[in-house]
Amino acid sequence: MATILEIEDLSVHFPINIGTVCAVEGVDLQLEQGEVMGLVGESGCGKSTLGFSILRLLRPPGKIVGGQILYHGQDIVRMNEKEIISLRGNRIAMIFQDPLTSLNPLFRIDEQFIETILTHEQGLDKEEAFNRAEKMLENLGISPERLLEYPHQMSGGMRQRIMIGLGLILNPDLLIADEPTTSLDVIVEAQFLDLLNDLRRQYDLTILLITHNLGNVAQLADRITVMYGGTIAEIGPAEAIFQEPLHPYTQGLLSSIPNIKLDQPKLMTMPGSPPDLVNPPPGCVFHPRCSHTMDICRHEKPDVSKRDGHLVRCWLYR
Amino acid sequence: MEELLTINNLKKHFPLQKVFVDKLLSKEKRFVRAVDGVSFSIKKGEVLGLAGESGCGKTTTGRLVLRLLEPTSGDVFYKGKSIFSYSKKEMEGMREKLQIIFQDPYASLSPRMTIGKAIGHPLAIHNHKRKAEVEQISLEIMEKVGLTPASFLFRKYPHQLSGGHRQRGVIARALVINPEFVVADEPIAMADVSVRAMILELMVQLKAEFDLTYLFITHDLATCKYICDRIAIMYLGKIVEIGPLEEVFNNPVHPYTATLLAAVPVPDPKYRRTHPIPKGEIPSPINPPPGCRFHPRCASVKSMCTIHEPDLMEVRPGHWVACFL
Ligand SMILES: Nc1ncnc2c1ncn2[C@@H]1O[C@H](COP(=O)(O)OP(=O)(O)OP(=O)(O)O)[C@@H](O)[C@H]1O
Ligand SMILES: Nc1ncnc2c1ncn2[C@@H]1O[C@H](COP(=O)(O)OP(=O)(O)O)[C@@H](O)[C@H]1O
Ligand code: SF4
Ligand SMILES: [Mg+2]
Ligand SMILES: [Mg+2]
Repeated sequence: MATILEIEDLSVHFPINIGTVCAVEGVDLQLEQGEVMGLVGESGCGKSTLGFSILRLLRPPGKIVGGQILYHGQDIVRMNEKEIISLRGNRIAMIFQDPLTSLNPLFRIDEQFIETILTHEQGLDKEEAFNRAEKMLENLGISPERLLEYPHQMSGGMRQRIMIGLGLILNPDLLIADEPTTSLDVIVEAQFLDLLNDLRRQYDLTILLITHNLGNVAQLADRITVMYGGTIAEIGPAEAIFQEPLHPYTQGLLSSIPNIKLDQPKLMTMPGSPPDLVNPPPGCVFHPRCSHTMDICRHEKPDVSKRDGHLVRCWLYR
Repeated sequence: MEELLTINNLKKHFPLQKVFVDKLLSKEKRFVRAVDGVSFSIKKGEVLGLAGESGCGKTTTGRLVLRLLEPTSGDVFYKGKSIFSYSKKEMEGMREKLQIIFQDPYASLSPRMTIGKAIGHPLAIHNHKRKAEVEQISLEIMEKVGLTPASFLFRKYPHQLSGGHRQRGVIARALVINPEFVVADEPIAMADVSVRAMILELMVQLKAEFDLTYLFITHDLATCKYICDRIAIMYLGKIVEIGPLEEVFNNPVHPYTATLLAAVPVPDPKYRRTHPIPKGEIPSPINPPPGCRFHPRCASVKSMCTIHEPDLMEVRPGHWVACFL
């Protein structure tokens, strides 16, 4: 398989008045063509920051302070503004948690599709663009007549479908979906994940699916990356991550999430709370909450170890 | 066990603001039928879960039960007495016994009050205790909910605390005056994944320690398994199924309950869904569909369902379902 995206030693910081938020710190991650990579972790661990960096959409004062992001071998970090703009939407699409903030409320849905198509593909006329939008709506399971509506006339689930349609209309090969179902109810969420699974095959997509819901990634992802405190704790095949998690954080996280299909009388609890990224703990960022902490964990960052197809950053596996 | 709380055919219809054209044409007033005929009872020491999709009326029900809202019709009996028969002053006294934990700890804590002060606040209002005494009781409850070291955290403001600590603060504030009945409206929805299990565990533990009864509102059915004795499933302002948790989860009778259960994401890559997910979304509570409110999305719909509205019927002891099947 070909590697479509290769992130190497990426660090992203937000300088703020009380110090610097080290939102992403020395992250290495590779996406293979055609896979769904689940990126999981708790709120504030740096998932969105990592996702935004790939499209260079970081909000100020966020800044990439080190590393590279190779997309088909080209470094996105060093691209100029023009190159980046042609990448966005065209080759790499991104969808967000709240579709209302990313759809333009003043324009009808068809106008938004036509505008997107015509800015990137000269030589097409309005009618051709409209036809293409109609086809897309059919693929999304929305009646094409609804192209003539405004975003506020649609339900949350429909808006999220429109968002993904706008993202895919130019045939990108990489989709970054940042918590796409967090604002949706459970039935609509299940509908959306099914749709994503269909579209993935139809459009031959590589997907980075960012979520804090381990249930969602279990159904869809081929591999899973677990992030904690701005760093990567573990990467591995989905089944292996769920069955034999290696990192103590992954183990804790998995045993603390409710599973409706299991007969466990009680959930396990993890002491403490996620770290402050302005003053992250020295050594392993997880050490204050870990039940295996050794001396070395307190002052040295763990190296990457490879084990059974997993990559894990923990001194237990050195 | 005795019934602590019984609610009877409770309704809350919020009037919709009339738009100008409607006024000109003097159209009838329209209503959001947020809660539209809900009845259930809770026994002392029990945890009843109230689950359903966003907007189905869970929060409104919770607020009515505590008389934080006046109902359009229907009644709430607490220990056999209607809470709507109390005068304003008598209701003040009742407030000590009936508490609520809100969905969003940020919105329910004042940013300008230290967490210690906020926790003691209900004591100062209801019991007119002296300052030193209030502080002492607050510190004790902080220890109990795991806000430790209490004397250190006492003087912190909400923004200086982690999400988990804030949610513990909200729980401590609700429990500080020794309530008997607590409505917990999505108490863990905003907390971090690793912190949720802890808060849930804490609520189970405090229930035993303080001899509490909960109405536990949530949209996450998986969580209910760890705390609820019984569960009520709500759809468009009505309860469609209610019964012992194990039984409803293992043998859901209402097609909506089955759908909702099937849609819950399962954290296991090998799991495959067995029940199809219906198309479409929850309709507006302004003009709910006639007949059974779920009929437009129901896979087993019969002609009768489109005309008549099914009542709750007991299918097994204590297990009630509103469906013609
Ligand atoms: N004060 C109000 N005025 C008008 N409509 C209201 C008011 N409060 C609630 N509603 C409407 O009543 C319905 C039920 O709302 P409620 O907040 O009880 O739902 P919920 O089940 O708690 O939803 P969620 O899961 O999103 O918290 C919704 O359609 C809502 O928009
Ligand atoms: N604009 C910003 N200014 C300052 N800090 C920020 C900003 N955006 C994000 N952060 C911080 O960066 C860290 C990672 O945030 P984020 O990537 O949004 O996490 P996640 O998506 O995993 O919830 C957090 O500590 C967050 O507070
Ligand atoms: S490196 Fe040490 S502290 Fe970190 S997770 Fe591994 S054992 Fe725990
Ligand atoms: Mg995020
Ligand atoms: Mg609510």
